Amino acid sequence: MGETLIQKIMARASGKDSVTPGEIVTCAVDLAMILDSGGPRKIWPRLEQLGVGVYDNEKVIVVADHFVPAADPQSAAILKLTRDFVKKFDIKHFYDMEGICHVLMAENGHLQPGMFCCGGDSHSTMGGAFGCYMAGFGAIEMSGVVVTGDIWSVVPETIKVDWSGAFGEGVAAKDIMLFLARELGMENAFKVVEYGGETIRNMSMMERMVLTNMAAELGAETGLIAPDQITLDAMRAGGTEPAKDALEWRSDDDATFCAEHAFDASTLPPQVAAPHKPSNSAPAEEYEKDQIHVDQAYIGACVGAKLTDLHMVAAVLKGRQVKSGTRLMVAPSSKKIMKEAAADGTLATITEAGGLLLPSGCGACAGLGAGIIAAGEVCISSTNRNFQGRMGSNESSVYLGSPYTVAAAAVAGHIIDPREMLGETPS
Amino acid sequence: MSAVTGKAWVFGDEVNSDVMAPGIYFKESMEVMASHCLEAIDPDFAPNVKPGDIVVAGRAFGVGSAREQAALSFAHMKVGAILAKSYARIFYRNMLNFGVPALIFPEADEINAKDEITVDAIAGTIENKTTGKNYSVSPIPEHLMEMISLGGLMPYLKKKIDAGELKTGAMPT
Repeated sequence: MGETLIQKIMARASGKDSVTPGEIVTCAVDLAMILDSGGPRKIWPRLEQLGVGVYDNEKVIVVADHFVPAADPQSAAILKLTRDFVKKFDIKHFYDMEGICHVLMAENGHLQPGMFCCGGDSHSTMGGAFGCYMAGFGAIEMSGVVVTGDIWSVVPETIKVDWSGAFGEGVAAKDIMLFLARELGMENAFKVVEYGGETIRNMSMMERMVLTNMAAELGAETGLIAPDQITLDAMRAGGTEPAKDALEWRSDDDATFCAEHAFDASTLPPQVAAPHKPSNSAPAEEYEKDQIHVDQAYIGACVGAKLTDLHMVAAVLKGRQVKSGTRLMVAPSSKKIMKEAAADGTLATITEAGGLLLPSGCGACAGLGAGIIAAGEVCISSTNRNFQGRMGSNESSVYLGSPYTVAAAAVAGHIIDPREMLGETPS
Repeated sequence: MSAVTGKAWVFGDEVNSDVMAPGIYFKESMEVMASHCLEAIDPDFAPNVKPGDIVVAGRAFGVGSAREQAALSFAHMKVGAILAKSYARIFYRNMLNFGVPALIFPEADEINAKDEITVDAIAGTIENKTTGKNYSVSPIPEHLMEMISLGGLMPYLKKKIDAGELKTGAMPT
């Protein structure tokens, strides 16, 4: 009988010939990513309490991305502790203010198809775009992983989601996810979502990572995309030569899925999620009649400020200005992306339109850094969550959209369908 | 682990991690963090919840972030048990790792706020003393039973390490 990709990954990680959904397995962890927020400051005292060190200083990766750069004494102390941890435990891979962890794993060639990886952040699912298992765990559980190098798991069933057709203008991977959050809901715990089909095959890795990142918004254990030539090219760009069997990590044709869905990307319009959950979405044009004033438009986070995202923003902003009474803030997902966007003129387009550049980091997305919002304010954001109070006050409102949609709202001053601002550049 | 009895606090579907542990308090102590738990949807909860009280909820309880503070807030307030129709995966694992029983309870709608509830997580029994109704639920998964009865992941690891049953790295000098 055929096996799904996740079954193959968990069989290898647990040292078995094969595993079946529902089976409880103990998996060896190939990569354990911990962060300044839920990493050393939580884990170090637990290591002291147990009197042990980390299981492998090559496999435990530390990233400082949540409280960067330090804006107050507590953040500075947390970052200092993070750096001290790296020294004390001789951690070999440490990224200090280089960007957001999930994007850094991809940029630096840490992910290989078939790997079993754990991350101390719910959007660790993003790594699944490389055909590996990567899922989020709390700091308490990452403490266990860092000590033992293994973790228990229930082998998940797989929901197969196929997309065919090409996007219309002004539509992006983000729109797929806001649509799916509504269609599939947020209650898919202990299941994996595997994306496939022509639309996904034609996407760059950066776009594919939007789909796996927001598998978290479907409540899924992780998202997966079987590797292909585009995956291998991205690995090489990150300095890693793919293993010979890399392309064999895929679901068999006769594998059993718990659900199968097929959608057409060519008829998908831009989507917007209204407060206070990502599944509360509808086509962007449906919001226009309400003329929802936007105080802040935010381009940021792991999911929404990669180079492809900044290009979408620039496509809307070219020759236009951010509306008076609305502020546009852009926090590129990594330093490398910042550099590339500076080199190709994208940042100039954004700043000429009146956008404000912020440092790379988790920042306002999780209410941690520069750009949080006040009671009564409305933000439209290219990030992945709009839970009540997430970006600041409990009395603020956050809408989610693609980078096109967020940029279009920055120009209009209210939520609109971004397709109205694409095609022709105003003179 | 013995049975616990406490007052029910009832919540709806898809109560998320961010309202359990708001990001804006991440840098504060656990004391401060827990004092803001669920304040966006029920400001009475954190100031009034008592040790042993039972949190009852609908579907996908704890959906969203990996932040352990969402689960740790309930552990910090010494909540006796969580009874939800279903859980978000990371929150469920965090809850058990902190040694607080989280049971799947399809009949959550039959519990009213302030009902007096007794939960025996090992036996998988729930008694609503206010209505007199008894329920049987799936107990804690077998492979986690030892960890839960020891009080969570840390005491469990400690025991295994002390017994020489775990291979780990050494604490650098």
